[in-house]
Amino acid sequence: MTNALTIKDLRKTYKGGHEALKGISLEVKPGDFFGLLGPNGAGKTTMIGIITSLVNKTSGSVSIYGHDLDTEPSAAKSFLGLVPQEFNFNMFDPVIEVVANQAGYYGIERKLAFERAEEYLKRLDLWDKRRVMARTISGGMKRRLMIARALVHRPRLLILDEPTAGVDIEIRRSMWQYLREINAAGTTIILTTHYLEEAESLCRNIAILDKGELIKNTSTRELLNTLHMETFILDIESPLTRLPATGDLKMTLVDERTIEAEICRGDSINELFSELSNAGVKILSMRNKTNRLEELFMNLVESSNDSGIRS
Amino acid sequence: MTTHDKWIALKTIAIKEILRFSRIWVQTILPPVMTTALYFIIFGNLIGPRIGEMEGFGYMEFIIPGLIMMAVITNSYSNVVSSFYGSKFQRHIEEMLISPIPNYIILIGFLTGGVARGLMVGIAVTVVSLLFNPLNVHSIPVMFSMIILTAILFSLAGLINGVYANSFDDISIVPTFVLTPLTYLGGIFYSISMLPDFWQSASLLNPILYMVNAFRYGFLGISDISLLISYGISIGFIVVLYVFCLYLLRKGHGIRT
Repeated sequence: MTNALTIKDLRKTYKGGHEALKGISLEVKPGDFFGLLGPNGAGKTTMIGIITSLVNKTSGSVSIYGHDLDTEPSAAKSFLGLVPQEFNFNMFDPVIEVVANQAGYYGIERKLAFERAEEYLKRLDLWDKRRVMARTISGGMKRRLMIARALVHRPRLLILDEPTAGVDIEIRRSMWQYLREINAAGTTIILTTHYLEEAESLCRNIAILDKGELIKNTSTRELLNTLHMETFILDIESPLTRLPATGDLKMTLVDERTIEAEICRGDSINELFSELSNAGVKILSMRNKTNRLEELFMNLVESSNDSGIRS
Repeated sequence: MTTHDKWIALKTIAIKEILRFSRIWVQTILPPVMTTALYFIIFGNLIGPRIGEMEGFGYMEFIIPGLIMMAVITNSYSNVVSSFYGSKFQRHIEEMLISPIPNYIILIGFLTGGVARGLMVGIAVTVVSLLFNPLNVHSIPVMFSMIILTAILFSLAGLINGVYANSFDDISIVPTFVLTPLTYLGGIFYSISMLPDFWQSASLLNPILYMVNAFRYGFLGISDISLLISYGISIGFIVVLYVFCLYLLRKGHGIRT
């Protein structure tokens, strides 16, 4: 089966000598939900820029669904949709025109373009804002507008560059759900994000870039098993002034009755209990630090939505 | 992308460009009409009768074609330069760059916007001129062809300025320090036969002179320059600038990293 994306020995050296990509090779299978992770400056956005023709590469090749970007640019680009990191639509155009015009650039008749724009604006809860100038809508709406715009020509490969940056949890969760639906319907998705939880929740495969090099390319499950640390918060009975000696376990005393412990996902937490118990520390309760506040916030938002508090 | 797809993409860009300047008509259409009306009043009505005839025509009749042409030149140029630079500044040029549209369709789309605004302002100025003087028409084909060629030429020039511009200052430098002087010295207000020999020859280096004169021929049937040379120079400039614009878009100068 033809790959959704094939990248071979991709290199980019900017004027001044900065080597942003140092020979990346990567394959994304059709139908995948693929995460592209890495710290700031790792080369993620440069790589996406090259795939989307916004950045000129130094060398290497990119093909989208078997069409080489150099030799068959028009065919390759027709498969692609992009939600960039920064807002890049005409702020003075009405919302609906931002979406419908994009459809026109892919050869979709104006009447059908507006019908498609209606479909996606409704799905992304922007229909009420269709006639207002794009600059007047909120940040979260702008993000959703860029998703509607990227989908309007029904691309087979959708690239999202930090689509949920600065978006509140409620909207982020609804965007995740929508992306899952799009992926389930057959669209291949490549996602870059700084939220590991987002990648964990959505992506089946993950590649990690660092300083222009691919340092990991594996399934999410495997990656989480090897890399992902979980932080647990332990409430203890008796106050402590300092942590007991507990071998290799990584712990922090938050206050005299609270300990934070970091454990690799997949590792047993029996050792933690055993070490603390041996040191005479009695544990009253334990909770996972990562998702607790988020869940609590979501519950509050959902319950206030149900009671009509939040408009 | 099929030919039909390209045609739809072109229509989309053209409609977008035309809507852009139409929505802000108070900034784009009205000011040149007001300015030209003032020229008609001051140079045509107040000063014109004291100047007397120019090449056998009243001064007002003589300057009308040039003033229409001036409005077309400045508006087709400024439409494309501001639209293209704006799309770079807000980065929505990327919408087109990631799509399968060929560069020549993007270019023609922007040109369509520039030509449409140039013609719209030109028609509005012509209508205003009717308040001051009845319209002389010598050759409609020459009038229309020359105004369209001029609008295309200066739309292309505007796009080049837009590609190289890195700030809003950069999009006003060329119109202020190059375009306006060339336009004023391009025979709008006088016949070059009035100038000393040296300045007559120097004027021939100004491409706007050829367009103004050919356009005036369409109205009055007189021209300081051969019509053939005017067409040749206009078309020649268009070909050169079109090829250069395509080269800039292909290289991604100022729009791709």
